[in-house]
Amino acid sequence: MSVKLGLLALLDEQPMYGYQLHTTFKERTGGTWPLNIGQIYTTLSRLERDGLVDAAGDDGDGHQIYALTDAGRVELQRWFATPVARADRPRDELAIKLSLALSVAGVDVREVVQAQRTATLRDLQDLTRQKFHAGEDDLAWLLALDSLIFQAEAEVRWLDSCEERLLNNQAFKNGVRR
Amino acid sequence: MTLLSLQNVSRVHGHGATAVTALDAVTLSVEPGELVAVMGPSGSGKSTLLNLAGGLDAPTSGTVSVDGVNLGELSTRAVAALRRRSIGYVFQDLNLLPALTAAENVSLPRELDGVGLRAAKAEALATLERFGLADVADRFPDDLSGGQQQRVAIARAFIGARRLLLADEPTGALDTTTGESVLRLMREQCEGGAAAVLVTHESRHAAWADRVVFLRDGRVVDEAVNEPRTPNGDAMVSGGRP
Repeated sequence: MSVKLGLLALLDEQPMYGYQLHTTFKERTGGTWPLNIGQIYTTLSRLERDGLVDAAGDDGDGHQIYALTDAGRVELQRWFATPVARADRPRDELAIKLSLALSVAGVDVREVVQAQRTATLRDLQDLTRQKFHAGEDDLAWLLALDSLIFQAEAEVRWLDSCEERLLNNQAFKNGVRR
Repeated sequence: MTLLSLQNVSRVHGHGATAVTALDAVTLSVEPGELVAVMGPSGSGKSTLLNLAGGLDAPTSGTVSVDGVNLGELSTRAVAALRRRSIGYVFQDLNLLPALTAAENVSLPRELDGVGLRAAKAEALATLERFGLADVADRFPDDLSGGQQQRVAIARAFIGARRLLLADEPTGALDTTTGESVLRLMREQCEGGAAAVLVTHESRHAAWADRVVFLRDGRVVDEAVNEPRTPNGDAMVSGGRP
């Protein structure tokens, strides 16, 4: 995903100026995606160049207001209609680390698994604590938190399954490395 | 005072060459206000730990204390009485007696304790009210949703002077949102000074706890402690890996 699509989505609600977009973006994503104000302005000028937003005057206090164009709306709808490809995600360092740990002498893979599980569980505890304190109606934030919670949970489940696979593997139990 | 304390507790089944160690020198304290989760693969000793903590089983060695009382020094009858007065249980299912209403289910432990029927009923209604369940008081378990049944079971777990809840996969049969409401209720009780031990194999549920204890082959191998790393409501840590 790009900053571009995030801004288009926010401008679909109402025209806004740069700083307002910055604040709203932060609120909606709960700070999970830190952006600086400079990125917002750079993106806005690119969107304007591409005809996806229009400068729509100022708000009376000297703030330049931006509004979504029809082309911008089409672009936004196309995004919502297209599933996110998993292949676009960066390499998973943890998966690579565990695979490599199998062949490095002196590394106990089960300990690597357990240390990771504890660390991920602590992240999960942090996220759950934030959910416990979040307002019931803060839906955007709750959805963002749930996404992070389920991702962390998936990682722990995968680690559990790694451990099971190791324990059930005769060669691993016999200390054969590969 | 520490609500639950296991000191160097072991549980061995059988003797000699066929002996199986279900729990091996486990030490664990649960203070008022704490929610502690126990995780581990099947056969790691989670349920054994819970049974010992609740006085449903006795350790081969070590001591188990509830509310400062060493269970090993009590008669079977006295353990049963202490269990009734001090400990509440919630399991995955079959928590409520189907022939009794929600209120009757909640008042039952008090009646068994010798409290008069009317007083026990009043206590049960007050407890259900406190848990936001007053409207289901006169309904039978079969007429309640799975989530409502679990919440009634949690209300019962805290009737009278009970402040220690032992829960074994209490959200196992529930959907995500309903399961979460049950965990939220447990969390709220703990924030109010109660304590709970939650056995679960789901990390998402264990994450509601202040501490997560990992068991493997009957031993505690690690612990995740939830120390606030970000202020409440503040921008959160990234869930992604750098």
